[in-house]
Amino acid sequence: MLKMLSNAWLIPIPPAVAFVLIVLVTKRFKLLSALLAIFAITLSFIYSIGILLEVLSQGITMNNPVEYSVNWLSLGGETIRPLLIEAGVLIDPLTSVMLVVVTLVALLVEIYSLGYMKGDPGFSVFFGYLSFFVMSMLGLVLANNYFMMFIFWELVGLCSYLLIGFYFHKHSAAKASKKAFITNRWGDFGFMLGIFSLFLIFGTFNFNDLAEAIGRQHGAFLIIPALLVLAGPIAKSAQFPLHVWLPDAMEGPTPVSALIHAATMVAAGVYLIARGYILFTGLEAVSFAIAYIGGFTALFAAIIAVVQFDIKRIIAFSTVSQLGYMVMALGVGSLSAGIFHLTTHAFFKALLFLAAGSVIHAAHTQNIFEMGGLSKSMKITTWSFIVGALSLSGIFPLAGFWSKDEILLVTLEKGFTGLYIIGSLVAFLTAFYVFRLVFVVFFGKKKTRAYESPLSMTVPLMVLAFLSITSGFAGAPFVEKGFSSFIYFQEPHHVQVNFLIMIGSTVLALGGIALAWAVYVKKLIDPVLVTDRARSLYVVVYNKFYIDEIYHWLFYRIMMNIGKAFNWNDRHVVDGIFDGIAGLTRAAGAKLRLVHTGNLQNYALVIFASVVIIVIWMAVPVLGGIQ
Amino acid sequence: MIAGIDFSLLTVEIFTAALGLGLLIINLIVPGNQRSATGYLTVLGLLGILLVTLSYEGVEKTFMDGMYIIDPFATFFKRLFLVAAILVTISSLPFVKKLGYNEGDFFSLLVFATLGMMVLVSAGELITLYLGLELMTISFYILVSFKKKDAKSCEAGIKYIILSAMSSALLLYGLSLVYGLTKTTIIEQIASTLAAGTMQPLMALGIIFLLAGFGFKISLVPFHMWAPDVYEGAPTPITAFLAVASKAAALAAFVRIFLIGFPAYQEYWITLVIVLSVLTMVLGNLVAIPQTNIKRLLAYSSISQAGYLLLGIVAFSSMGIGAILFFSIIYVFTNVGAFMVVVALSTSTGSHKIEDYSGLYRRAPLLAVVMLFCLLSLAGLPPLAGFVGKLYLFIAVIEKGYIWLALLAVLMSMVSVYYYLLVVKVMFLKEPPQNSGIIKVPNGLQIAMVFSLILIIVLGIYPKPLSDLAMSVAHTFFPFSF
Repeated sequence: MLKMLSNAWLIPIPPAVAFVLIVLVTKRFKLLSALLAIFAITLSFIYSIGILLEVLSQGITMNNPVEYSVNWLSLGGETIRPLLIEAGVLIDPLTSVMLVVVTLVALLVEIYSLGYMKGDPGFSVFFGYLSFFVMSMLGLVLANNYFMMFIFWELVGLCSYLLIGFYFHKHSAAKASKKAFITNRWGDFGFMLGIFSLFLIFGTFNFNDLAEAIGRQHGAFLIIPALLVLAGPIAKSAQFPLHVWLPDAMEGPTPVSALIHAATMVAAGVYLIARGYILFTGLEAVSFAIAYIGGFTALFAAIIAVVQFDIKRIIAFSTVSQLGYMVMALGVGSLSAGIFHLTTHAFFKALLFLAAGSVIHAAHTQNIFEMGGLSKSMKITTWSFIVGALSLSGIFPLAGFWSKDEILLVTLEKGFTGLYIIGSLVAFLTAFYVFRLVFVVFFGKKKTRAYESPLSMTVPLMVLAFLSITSGFAGAPFVEKGFSSFIYFQEPHHVQVNFLIMIGSTVLALGGIALAWAVYVKKLIDPVLVTDRARSLYVVVYNKFYIDEIYHWLFYRIMMNIGKAFNWNDRHVVDGIFDGIAGLTRAAGAKLRLVHTGNLQNYALVIFASVVIIVIWMAVPVLGGIQ
Repeated sequence: MIAGIDFSLLTVEIFTAALGLGLLIINLIVPGNQRSATGYLTVLGLLGILLVTLSYEGVEKTFMDGMYIIDPFATFFKRLFLVAAILVTISSLPFVKKLGYNEGDFFSLLVFATLGMMVLVSAGELITLYLGLELMTISFYILVSFKKKDAKSCEAGIKYIILSAMSSALLLYGLSLVYGLTKTTIIEQIASTLAAGTMQPLMALGIIFLLAGFGFKISLVPFHMWAPDVYEGAPTPITAFLAVASKAAALAAFVRIFLIGFPAYQEYWITLVIVLSVLTMVLGNLVAIPQTNIKRLLAYSSISQAGYLLLGIVAFSSMGIGAILFFSIIYVFTNVGAFMVVVALSTSTGSHKIEDYSGLYRRAPLLAVVMLFCLLSLAGLPPLAGFVGKLYLFIAVIEKGYIWLALLAVLMSMVSVYYYLLVVKVMFLKEPPQNSGIIKVPNGLQIAMVFSLILIIVLGIYPKPLSDLAMSVAHTFFPFSF
């Protein structure tokens, strides 16, 4: 059934239609709007599953993707460089997996939102935005060229902005949405320059054509374009130093955090690197930079996560840290490991966020130290959160174990011993901070009254918990035709099973959990005393290494002053010139208007006079007339 | 049947003539106060003829030794006229209903004007061309002054007749000079006669007269002065038809004569066309700014659009012709769309003042939105169709090295954004006047407006099918890119 693949552009259509209908028609009917959105995403999900099955059954591999496109715009020819922009879809295993991940998580999140957003005045609009986001995200995944991808890239950014600021009447939410938007502009601008420079060099935006062209001539001249393109993922996937927006983005409703700021949009950066992988792999310096940016971010964010109080912020820093893992995997040269972790992470991190949302829904606070003992009243939430936490920590045999292990394995195999050590350290810290959260929130003394959330919220939790346990088997080393022989770069790379690393990382993870248990359950060590003894260090970490403050200073002292200078220039110099021109234009219009007297004789005179003038002009050779 | 003459080539023209005559007869049967209903019949008939044109896909034949040409170029324009005529008929329904006299004749004349345009674009010979031109123009004389109790309408009619007669005289003089020097009226033969010799002074005179004659019909500066007055005075649907279809028809004939007939002298007349194009773009856009009447504003806007269209001729390439074809189609929908809003509003308020559009968004959201998109498309803002149309035209001249001309056109487009947005500002930001109710729009008009709106958006986002068609038509018509 080739038809199915060639019509893949239909996948983003249902959410797009849902968005339009919700905004224009059904806005007043809340439940109908929500059901419409859910119905639309279900259609997309079913189609995506179909695509995945097609890809599997037709044996489409990373090296022979299928592509369907129409020319959206074609210009130029002889004297002008031809410009061809396509609108098309590119389908390979990477696309098909991303489609399923996006639509599945989106479906679960939308069902969850039925319960979570109940009674919110913006209920319909929320589902409208979610649909719009899903449409954009699917478009991004399907795009067969950088130009289209950029358009959808900006659209997901817009949705992120709208949804972070969903409670725009809250000052902090409005500020957070602006921060996310402005931070992302830096990356987007670089990304745009990057694709333009690629176009200038190779004359195409198409991924496959570019890959072919880059394959033919690859060299140091590509370092600048590659770094510019890389700016996009660094901002979107919240990598150091543009990570600052993601923790603040938690001001948005929790389902949004789960869908956009954990499972899908932030992973778009990783996806982008994977899509144009050939651009980066050939450049050792760039790959090296990617690997170390990822590794550093993973460690950096994990350290910050250890000392946070806010349940969503802890998970947000965890997301930054895990994205760092993925970027690191891509940097050291394993597309399979990076995307594998992206997939499992999408499930277990969405699970953690949604479970956290369930907790917030019940406890009405986000400070973990104001919660406690929730395990008794919220059984499903507790257990699914623990599953997510175990998966995140990388405990055998949950999903996170396989994917994280593969990253560590690849890192060591490719000779990045330093990064391997960092990665292992992060694994330890991860287990510690997430179980600190688990022990404080769900066990210990009961501090608030809380009830289990409704079924619409708990069912998605259970589904995600199931996926967080099982999805890792797709890429487990003992599986014959596993994830790494499905999604790879150039040729499948099978990592050798290394029990030493498996055992090592498991021990580290268990050690982290044990430490958390010792500190927060057994109280063998008093965390307050520890922080008191290392007060200055604690303050630095708690304040996220003052990166925000540094940016704040840079922004207000330097950017604002530059801005003010430009503003003055604009208001006085540029506006002055243009007001002058506009005034002249208007005056010219008013004067020329008077030529039209409304008098017929005048009109006739003008016509004949013009003819006479032209005749004289053409009769005089000096003026360019005939010889 | 006369041997060797294939009358089936003329099916479209014959049907159109039959429709016009048929409408006249039906008017005799239908009682007076119900004659406006023949408008629906007109729409149906024109739709039928539009379907008939489908059978001309790819046909490229001549009738009577090159006297009459059926080629993709002509068929393309015929479809355009038919579509424009259908939209105009729909938008004249409310006007004709209120008229109270001669309702049926109105539609009949509209059909005859369309027939004139068809003859004009298909003419392969100068006399036939002139016949088509006059059939079109004379129908318009009557249509323009159809509101015989309205002083402005009558004034417009008189001005149009007198000035048009003068321009026809110029045109005829030019045609006779060309005939005198080449001893033929068939355009193809003119080209082969001229190819050998050098430019003669009399020939130059002939070309200049032709340019002036066509310049009048296309309303190029400085032959444009009739346009604002006539556009303002004529019934609004007729203004739309005059601004859109008659201009496109004259332009098509102009393209055929100059590109097919006088390619030998291109360096002479292209200079002239550049000058006219510059004047038209600059003056049309500048004088549009101080206008306070929406019809006059649209008149000047349509003058300036004609200036952009000339760029396609300046390019003197198949790309340029393709750009003209593409732009013409978009021009039909955007202009007729805008005029339909004017019609809808004036039937309810009776005013054409821009200030009376204040708060239109609250009173009639559909009208305001349609107007907004039409104006933005006319201004050439992406992602609307007008942007793509202008882009092709500008690219065509840039390919020929006229970068300054393209820059000037872009600059003038920016000026046009200003006066278009002035209207938008009034519609959306100003408060509606007190005691003004919701404006009712007839169903047929609503459908036609939404149809235009959708096309403006769709052709802007995905112009490829239409631009491919336009380019391939242009390529068979004028397969040169030198």
